[in-house]
Amino acid sequence: MRGVTHARWAACAAAVALAATACGGGGGGGGGNGSGVLTSSWGDPQNPLEPANTNEVQGGKVLDMIFRGLKRYDAKTGAAENMLADKIDTSDSQNFTITVKDGWKFSNGEAVTAKSFVDAWNYGASLKNNQKNAYFFGYIDGYDKVHPEDGSQQTADTLSGLAVTGTNTFTVKLNQKFSTFPDTLGYVAYAPLPTAFFDDHAAWVKKPVGNGPYTIGSYTKGSEMALKKWDGYPGDDKAQNGGVTLKVYTDNNTAYTDLLAGNLDLVDDVPASQLKNVKSDLGDRYINTPAGIIQTLAFPFYDKKWDTSGAVKVRQGLSMAINRAQITDTIFQKTRTPATDWTSPVLGTDGGFQDGLCGDSCEYNPTEAKKLIEEGGGLPGGQIKISYNADTGSHKEWIDAVCNSINNALGNDKACVGNPIGTFADFRNQIGQHKMPGPFRAGWQMDYPLIQNFLQPLYYTNASSNDGKWSNKDFDSLVDQANAETDTAKAIKLFQQAEGVVRDNMAAIPLWYQNGSAGYSENISNVALNQFSVPVYNEIKVS
Amino acid sequence: MGRYVIRRLLQMIPVFIGATLLIFLMVNVMGDPIAGLCGDKQCDPATAAQLRKEFGLDKPVWQQYLTYLGHIFTGDFGTAFNGQPVTELMASAFPITIRLTIVAILFEIVIGITLGVITGLRRGRPVDTGVLLLTLVVISVPIFVTGLLLQLVLGVKWHWIEPSVSGDATFGELIVPGLVLASVSLAYVTRLTRTSIAENRRSDYVRTAIAKGLPRRRVTTKHLLRNSLIPVVTFIGTDIGALMGGAIVTERIFNIHGVGFQLYQGILRQNTQTVVGFVTILVLVFLVANLLVDLLYAVLDPRIRYA
Repeated sequence: MRGVTHARWAACAAAVALAATACGGGGGGGGGNGSGVLTSSWGDPQNPLEPANTNEVQGGKVLDMIFRGLKRYDAKTGAAENMLADKIDTSDSQNFTITVKDGWKFSNGEAVTAKSFVDAWNYGASLKNNQKNAYFFGYIDGYDKVHPEDGSQQTADTLSGLAVTGTNTFTVKLNQKFSTFPDTLGYVAYAPLPTAFFDDHAAWVKKPVGNGPYTIGSYTKGSEMALKKWDGYPGDDKAQNGGVTLKVYTDNNTAYTDLLAGNLDLVDDVPASQLKNVKSDLGDRYINTPAGIIQTLAFPFYDKKWDTSGAVKVRQGLSMAINRAQITDTIFQKTRTPATDWTSPVLGTDGGFQDGLCGDSCEYNPTEAKKLIEEGGGLPGGQIKISYNADTGSHKEWIDAVCNSINNALGNDKACVGNPIGTFADFRNQIGQHKMPGPFRAGWQMDYPLIQNFLQPLYYTNASSNDGKWSNKDFDSLVDQANAETDTAKAIKLFQQAEGVVRDNMAAIPLWYQNGSAGYSENISNVALNQFSVPVYNEIKVS
Repeated sequence: MGRYVIRRLLQMIPVFIGATLLIFLMVNVMGDPIAGLCGDKQCDPATAAQLRKEFGLDKPVWQQYLTYLGHIFTGDFGTAFNGQPVTELMASAFPITIRLTIVAILFEIVIGITLGVITGLRRGRPVDTGVLLLTLVVISVPIFVTGLLLQLVLGVKWHWIEPSVSGDATFGELIVPGLVLASVSLAYVTRLTRTSIAENRRSDYVRTAIAKGLPRRRVTTKHLLRNSLIPVVTFIGTDIGALMGGAIVTERIFNIHGVGFQLYQGILRQNTQTVVGFVTILVLVFLVANLLVDLLYAVLDPRIRYA
């Protein structure tokens, strides 16, 4: 029986080895005790961390902690409030005089002045710097010179519409009337930059220096960033904790597991597969609040089949054939809300959100749907293919559900099929090349909480994100009028009228508003998500 | 022996060129990577064109490939889209994956060969049947199931380990992930060793050794094991490359920022430079591991040495 003892010994050795890791790994957890530092899940930012170059949530999270701009959006109401701006004056909605508050400085001691903004904006707009958010400066006079649209040689290095008029004042001249322009200035692309950024760019990108409530303690790319509270921060929104350690997770399921094991304090993206258990796992420590994100189905209007006179009815019919309530309940576990307009509830009714604007067209009504589609000449080509990227975001599930719903309404198993595209890049690629064989998924996360941001970039003729190439003169003229209107309330009314045009033509089928979801440990409290579904880190208290 | 090594080294050149070219073509077929860089928005055309120029994506593929090969020999693997040199990514990822692979290989050698010898010597007995059944279970259960299960049970329920590995990824933290990664290969090693041992046990030289009155232990380790290890060494050798490249699933589950993580991110973001760079290194690892296996043969069996 010697062999048996050997086997038993081997098994014991394995067990001892496993137990040894327990002894070795116990020290690192917790994080929140005493020092008041919390740990939060993070994804590897896709781009270098520069304000005008960061267009995704993960990098945006960091910039939101280390930068403060002229305006800041209230985490609860979404209203743009003055932060570094003392006042922003205009008489004609086209020329603005901006006064920067005194006493602000960057964490390296340098004062924040008008020049910090003007230099940063010029840098962001200049084509040679490859900034992905350069289009934000497109309203400023002289943009076509520093960022020629055809990619030819730029003829100027600075925006002619920007001028420093004093230590703390500068003027902005826009190339068109844009009444809500001041409210866009809370977006991170408009953040000020210290001279260190221009003097030693490589060093700055390794360890960014800003003027927000946190400074970067250490940054190991692809793995971890430790942010510390900046004690010299002059603003009112000082950090309520000692710091935030952002840990890169390869998979949000692992982050969630770590949260359950007490290894992590905050997960700001609860994985879809865990939504069923999250209530019982976390109880009150699960947040599910609306964010400024809407999902729609866009159409390829460059394809003649979708640009017929009857196609409006087909689009309306398709919209009616989708059982939004059922899909958001079963597939998304109520982390999405069926959409009834083309904006987002986070705008509030004052900001232009209109509950029920879509009307009957967004109500599930299979019989009416079938009738409308038949009246409109039937589905183009007898079948629609809904394109989506299959690599991230688990889009397959809901696309299949949408197709099922349409197929049931039409009583035809083959009326609608999903058309998976391997990677997101290829998906964007095919959209850019106008190769979509039918409707495709479109998601819009707002840049700033303004109704303008939900309409103009998406539906204005040749706008930057008008992927379906929809074009409508009435819509365009209403948007132009709204932008020229100095009275904000009237401007919003005009935008709503423009949204009415989108509805009447069913330029895109609104599906649902997306919520931000987060879960947190017992170590921390006062956790909330802002309208961009990013945690308000500086307000989190660590016990 | 020297000529044998040189011949083997020369053979590596076409394999290396072919493999990198294939990867290069495959990544390029996936479409324009710049399109995915701007999120759900369209990149503005001027910036996109500028970026394409910077990364050399505006040139024909063959030209991109030649430039790439040229750069490799100077140790320049290009720049990832987030502005980091690929060599920097490699410097952070490879040590971690190498540690993980070492842990996995050790498990394969220690547990796999031990179990193989035990079962090989006791063919048909209850131990043998038990281990065989066990290996069958391990082989048939996908690695992500084993991984998630161990993570849940050991990490969340029993608190024996941390469910995720920290940025340092020390050997201690990598034991469970290493075991998961090794599990399937481990089962194969067991079965290979078992068959090999069982076969050689009936051979003449073992009978002779026993007849000479050598101690049982000596017969097993010196005569039986040494000859039976040849197929096992082949398997483990080729497995080194497979483990390093195939760690994607394990690395995702346990949040290990190694080669698998970088490859996954690279593929997701269609970062040509990252993907091709990492695969190039993996191909080299594979080739070197194979070379080592062939050299080890010669050590284990003198007949091969002189052939």
